[in-house]
Amino acid sequence: MPIKVRIPTPLQKITNNQADVTVKSKNVRELIEDLNKSFPGIKERLCDEKGNLRRFINIYVNEEDIRFLKMDATPLKDGDEVSIIPAIAGG
Amino acid sequence: MGLRDDQVERYSRQILLPHVGGLGQEKILAAKVLVIGAGGLGSPAALYLAAAGVGRIGVVDSDKVELNNLQRQVLHSTKTVGELKVESAKRTLAALNTDIEVIPYNMRLTSGNILDVIKGYDIIVDGSDNFPTRYLVNDACVLAKKPLSHGGIFRFDGQAITIVPGKSACYRCLFPEPPPPGLVPSCQEAGILGAVAGVIGVIQANEVLKLILGIGDTLTGKLLIFNALDSSFRSVKVPKNKDCPVCGEKPTVTRLIDYEEFCSLRRKDAK
Ligand SMILES: [Zn+2]
Repeated sequence: MPIKVRIPTPLQKITNNQADVTVKSKNVRELIEDLNKSFPGIKERLCDEKGNLRRFINIYVNEEDIRFLKMDATPLKDGDEVSIIPAIAGG
Repeated sequence: MGLRDDQVERYSRQILLPHVGGLGQEKILAAKVLVIGAGGLGSPAALYLAAAGVGRIGVVDSDKVELNNLQRQVLHSTKTVGELKVESAKRTLAALNTDIEVIPYNMRLTSGNILDVIKGYDIIVDGSDNFPTRYLVNDACVLAKKPLSHGGIFRFDGQAITIVPGKSACYRCLFPEPPPPGLVPSCQEAGILGAVAGVIGVIQANEVLKLILGIGDTLTGKLLIFNALDSSFRSVKVPKNKDCPVCGEKPTVTRLIDYEEFCSLRRKDAK
């Protein structure tokens, strides 16, 4: 069973308006690379020049923020759900 | 203190609730809540707080009502287009509930004035529409130890989190820094469905009422995520971050920053 990734509205332009995509990556670092292969440009929206996750975007594996797990080395397994959640400011 | 007959009548449907009762209603009437932004989120939040009888409601906004606001900013109406939003808001809230005091603040919050404004309130509702204000409000609430209900919307997405300084994660624990200007479009540029603002704004009012009454579980330590297209509500965990720039073990934000300047500086750096 692959891993489901929830793409937030601001990034759906890159994923051809798909709100969910599936990957088969072993960890979060691989997931970002795999996403970038399918949807070129998504990596630079998620990560800065040094490859660190931007400070206004979080990645969750199931309900857990990877910053409190093993960052981009956080392992993924079949059936996990990954959510990319950016800060939003509209009011 | 005791409730007057008209108050017993007005609030009877919530006084009936075992979690509220007469004592709970007295707490609501004694509460002072500041609503930052009289826009898409602040409108529904303020309306429900006023209806519930929150005794003092401060409303902060520096804009005037525009016709394109009315699709979602339900505090305002066709005939108040062109008026100050805080005056329009005050009239609407006063018409809904004559029992409460509404205090308008026609101003833009800055690092220089925010602490003075929030000082007189028990709970703060952030319904602003930009990152500099949101980070300013978070930091000010952490420094002044004021509980904060945060809500944000973007197109069909909404987010809400409740922050009790010293006890639960703050907004910077969740997102340490705002994005540089220009990277994230605002509501004006991105569009928003009015009902999405309604959903999140009413959740914020609900959070405030629970904080006032001391009942239930609030959205502390978790971010609620709403999507209007599939009508889904999800939540993710938001632990306190020991490296948080404002509420962590070694805070780097120890006094309020002028965030607009901060953001434009960052933009220059990026170029
Ligand atoms: Zn914090």
